[in-house]
Amino acid sequence: MNNQLKKQLLKRSKAAKLERLGKSVSFLALMLITVTVFAIIIFVASKGFSTFFSNHVSFVDFITGKNWNPSVTNAKGQPEVGALPMIAGSFIVTILSALVATPFAIGAAIFMTEISPQRGAKILQPVIELLVGIPSVVYGFIGLTVIVPLTRSLFGGSGFGILSGTCVLFVMILPTVTSMSVDALRAVPRYYREAALALGATQWQTIYKVILRAATPGMLTAIVFGMARAFGEALAVQMVIGNAALLPTSLVSPASTLTSVLTTGIGNTVMGSLQNNALWSLALVLLVMSLIFNLVIRLIGRKGAMSK
Amino acid sequence: MLINPTSPHQGDSWLERNIVDPSERHDSPIVLETKQLRVFYGENEAIHEGDLKFPEHQITALIGPSGSGKSTFLRSLNRMNDGVATVKGQILYRGVDVNQPEIDVYEMRRRIGMVFQRPNPFSKSIYDNIVFALRRRGVTDKATLDEIVETSLKQAAIWDEVKDSLQKSALALSGGQQQRLCIARAIAVQPDILLLDEPASALDPISTGKLEETLMTLKQKYTIIIVTHNMQQAARISDYTAFFNMGRALEYNETSKIFTRPKVQLTNNYVAGDFG
Repeated sequence: MNNQLKKQLLKRSKAAKLERLGKSVSFLALMLITVTVFAIIIFVASKGFSTFFSNHVSFVDFITGKNWNPSVTNAKGQPEVGALPMIAGSFIVTILSALVATPFAIGAAIFMTEISPQRGAKILQPVIELLVGIPSVVYGFIGLTVIVPLTRSLFGGSGFGILSGTCVLFVMILPTVTSMSVDALRAVPRYYREAALALGATQWQTIYKVILRAATPGMLTAIVFGMARAFGEALAVQMVIGNAALLPTSLVSPASTLTSVLTTGIGNTVMGSLQNNALWSLALVLLVMSLIFNLVIRLIGRKGAMSK
Repeated sequence: MLINPTSPHQGDSWLERNIVDPSERHDSPIVLETKQLRVFYGENEAIHEGDLKFPEHQITALIGPSGSGKSTFLRSLNRMNDGVATVKGQILYRGVDVNQPEIDVYEMRRRIGMVFQRPNPFSKSIYDNIVFALRRRGVTDKATLDEIVETSLKQAAIWDEVKDSLQKSALALSGGQQQRLCIARAIAVQPDILLLDEPASALDPISTGKLEETLMTLKQKYTIIIVTHNMQQAARISDYTAFFNMGRALEYNETSKIFTRPKVQLTNNYVAGDFG
């Protein structure tokens, strides 16, 4: 009797085997993702650092140099790989597009959550989801055929430049920032609204002084997310920014970003050559920046969780 | 005997009503009165009729089983149901119907304040919680604000506990303290009527006792209407009690009468603990 019980309890049942299989499959999936991410980081880093270690370009010169012409050597006998124009271009379009998009995104999010939730859910939500789904080449093409001629006729020059890039990126990140701001506003507990309204505060006072304050960490996360997207966007920007590796002198002078130089250049260089390594160094800068954006998002999230 | 309040087999006994007019037996004037108040959630009628008169400087308790409509009724009184439910009928505040579109709800809510079931201080300091509504109304003078903070906190009987930590976060207070802070915040704008929606249901017995003491002293200055599911609480603190069932105010009388000699059978069953 006891032996039979022992046998039954010690025998691995089918359910237990399945359980084990499920656990190992999900663990493998997780490992695959983790290994891929680390492999990418290590690969880009090893390629990117070879500019400095194999080609002996000084890191400071790379970051601060204003001339980008990897096939030419300068007076010091060093190749001209100054990445400052691209770094500056990336940051300028990112910050400008975030600055322009933020007020619109917050306004739309407030309308959708506080002022007219029904219309917001019926009309604006699908529109925003649609905007997120449009491929970036479409945005770039519209920028090329509409925005570039428009800036050309308004401000002169070629029309290609930071301004056109900002306009395209603004439209591209607007839905991201809006939908994340909506989530942040919806997460504000209902009793905050009730408390303020019951004290005789108007709806605007409630929104401005209570809801927006409570949603600030979430909104900041939304903005940083939008910036990360703008910083990493390649195709659409490349189509309208002009792709001249020059420090931008005005909003309508042709410029370039890290991503636009990468997409135009990487196919035209030989693996292992300095020209190719220099592009990998740009990719490394891009990767480090997106890691920093992610870090900032996590920090904001943690701070928000603490203040609640 | 177990009585199912929804059963139609008991004839019309579940519609039996007995509503008194406090102005006939009390010399304090009526500050708030509802006439043919009906509340709809979409198609669904939650309050069928609630004709009640609330006397000044008295505590009126609204009791009844869950889903009887007592909270819905209370929230309609200062239009907190705007946008949530449709409220029909009249709500006369000192003779003015506040349930009409022309009413400035923000000014009305300053006069008819509300404290909720769950303590809901803002994620700000104690001081900023109290002065929130005053600042929105344009009061900026520091001395005035300081004075109102002190008197409000004293009236809500929480001053001694927080006077040294006014700049600390309100969320660091205990639940009972938070609820008294919410009362202080509500009276900082000098309302006329205070509506309380089960204010003690999230509190422990000691905090509840303190809250009840606070309410007893507050009634000298304010008219208080409180929803409670705790019948002992209603018996302890209120002067008048209204019994709600199935969206109707069935009985309304002096609290002592409701709890000792209810006239309506259902009230009797409820206060005796037979259902609800």
